[in-house]
Amino acid sequence: MTEVQTLIDKLWVAHEILRRDDGESLLWVDRHYVHEGSFHAFSRLAERGAAVAEPGFTFGVADHYVPTRGPRDSIGNPEIARMVRQIEENAARHRIKLFGLNDRRQGIVHVVGPEQGLTLPGLLVVCGDSHTSTHGALGAFAFGIGASEVAHVLMTQTIWQRRPKRMRVTVDGKTAPGNAAKDIALTIIGKIGADGATGHAVEFAGSAIRALSIEGRLTLCNMSIEAGARCGMVAPDATTFDYVKGRPFAPKGTALEQAFDAWSRLKTDDGAEFEREVCFDADAIAPIVTWGTSPQHALPIDASVPNPAGETDPARANELREAIDYMGLRPGQKLTEVAIDRAFIGSCTNARIEDLRAAAAVLAGRISKVPGLVSPGSSLVKRQAEEEGLDRIFRDSGLEWGESGCSMCVGINGDLVAPGERCASTTNRNFRGRQGPGARTHLMSPVMVAAAAVAGHLSDVRSLMAPRKV
Amino acid sequence: MEKFTRIVAPACPLNVTNINTDQLLPARYLKWPRSAGLGKVLLQDLRFDAEGHERPDFPLNQPDFRAAKIVVAGRNFGCGSSREAAVYALYDYGIRCVIAPSFGDIFAGNAIQNGLLTATVRDEVAGGLMSQLTAAPKTLVTVDLEKQTISGGDFSCGFGVDPVRRLRLLNGWDDIALTENFRDRITAFKATDQTRRAWAIPSD
Repeated sequence: MTEVQTLIDKLWVAHEILRRDDGESLLWVDRHYVHEGSFHAFSRLAERGAAVAEPGFTFGVADHYVPTRGPRDSIGNPEIARMVRQIEENAARHRIKLFGLNDRRQGIVHVVGPEQGLTLPGLLVVCGDSHTSTHGALGAFAFGIGASEVAHVLMTQTIWQRRPKRMRVTVDGKTAPGNAAKDIALTIIGKIGADGATGHAVEFAGSAIRALSIEGRLTLCNMSIEAGARCGMVAPDATTFDYVKGRPFAPKGTALEQAFDAWSRLKTDDGAEFEREVCFDADAIAPIVTWGTSPQHALPIDASVPNPAGETDPARANELREAIDYMGLRPGQKLTEVAIDRAFIGSCTNARIEDLRAAAAVLAGRISKVPGLVSPGSSLVKRQAEEEGLDRIFRDSGLEWGESGCSMCVGINGDLVAPGERCASTTNRNFRGRQGPGARTHLMSPVMVAAAAVAGHLSDVRSLMAPRKV
Repeated sequence: MEKFTRIVAPACPLNVTNINTDQLLPARYLKWPRSAGLGKVLLQDLRFDAEGHERPDFPLNQPDFRAAKIVVAGRNFGCGSSREAAVYALYDYGIRCVIAPSFGDIFAGNAIQNGLLTATVRDEVAGGLMSQLTAAPKTLVTVDLEKQTISGGDFSCGFGVDPVRRLRLLNGWDDIALTENFRDRITAFKATDQTRRAWAIPSD
């Protein structure tokens, strides 16, 4: 083949079963993850008396509704208990492997998939959850789908898609200490907007992306949906291969050698074209926090709340006014003067071992001025953190050390931010009411949440990063 | 799925950008089965205050817009979570068409699966239509999917819709039935693929 292709093209072509004249393609699905929220789709199967076409490619997790504070052996709320029971029953009925509430590998689907070696470079991965974009970090084509599509994948192991436009986001340079993948992600979204990548598959490239660990890439690709992207991805490299090798469900022996050979070709060819290209300078990226109610309301920590009066576009001015009003802020207020009530470290965005280590390094020997919860991304991450003594650091600082699940990111397991409360959070959405009705969310990296907890207000972690003895 | 050809109905302006699916259906209702009546809790936290009283200034609570079957909104409507129940909530409230400059990708896909039309218009067209509806809330708006036109009062324009999605809505086609026609192609692909990419099969 002489035609130059992008990584996106290569992944697309490898999964295309057929293309109809009208331009829609039927794609083969390599991995399908289901969770408690997939019950609408299972009901659809039941209505039709249909079976799951490929149970061997389908994996279930209990994450959205599982308790993340206190004991897990009995769930007090009967409605929540029913949600967890339902995925267990559906998985058993359809012979789907489940990482259920009491499985030692249980965790958030977007943490468990890569951790178990289920998500691999070159795969097409879907799940009824918008943050499925996370899995693109390994060089997979991964996107979130709705319940009807979940039912379609369950029944056929395929999905209809129109080929997305291609976009490349290049981040070159070196990020300063204290800056993380989250700061890169929020910088990008702040610049291109919450719909800046709508209709596009995004490849992240450049030296700053290459320098990211897999954990960092997972954070970055996770947030690509917050720019509206269909999916985000990073071409697999030596970092990826090292990460995948030896994981429980990853290929082994000859299959692994064949895989490495295939994966080494998964990169954008020189001269391949994208419909859109955007470039960023990593050296210019500062620690970022969001001030408003959309991930695009992202600013460097030393900035101030925008002033709607300075906006010429009335629609934009209105958007800013409503966000400032909901968030209980003043135009022009310095972000470092915004006091917080609560801290949350968790979610599919930032609850992997590296995230917990980074936050713990800031919190070690320091006391949080506000209550807070740390919810590890998976039960295995939890165990590893405990082996490293990170749980003690969090507890000693005054934060609660919890269990793994979606927890306070979406609050459907009952872990909510109270109305009017302001939470410094490592999560992905600062939407109105996302963490509970009336809750106010500021998104930031794990070290920035740690810094905010110590200060009691939004704060620049760089001031806490001088070498010290703890 | 119910077909969509043409509707004539009141239309409600929601002059906000980035109305996300967490707004359309707050997460606490996600455990409800659809039969529980998701239409009742559409946009719950914008329509009602914390005590459950209607917010009178919210457009959908105003007498002329209560029976709206059409919503006109700002760009990036339905961004965020993939929850299809956000579409169920709109549909079960009675909404059959959302007109906006752009939509969240996953939301737009979910809409089509459920007979909800997402009609794309330019920013200034959406703005113009919202102004007209605010000035004359009793305006009945016609959305014609055959002709791809929107009209009402002095207002008339075309709209964008993916041609495949348009056909599916017009005919009420079901995805799964369509895919079943290609059963042999899927089986053949799987067989070849499992030889070509043996590593893609989960080990363990």
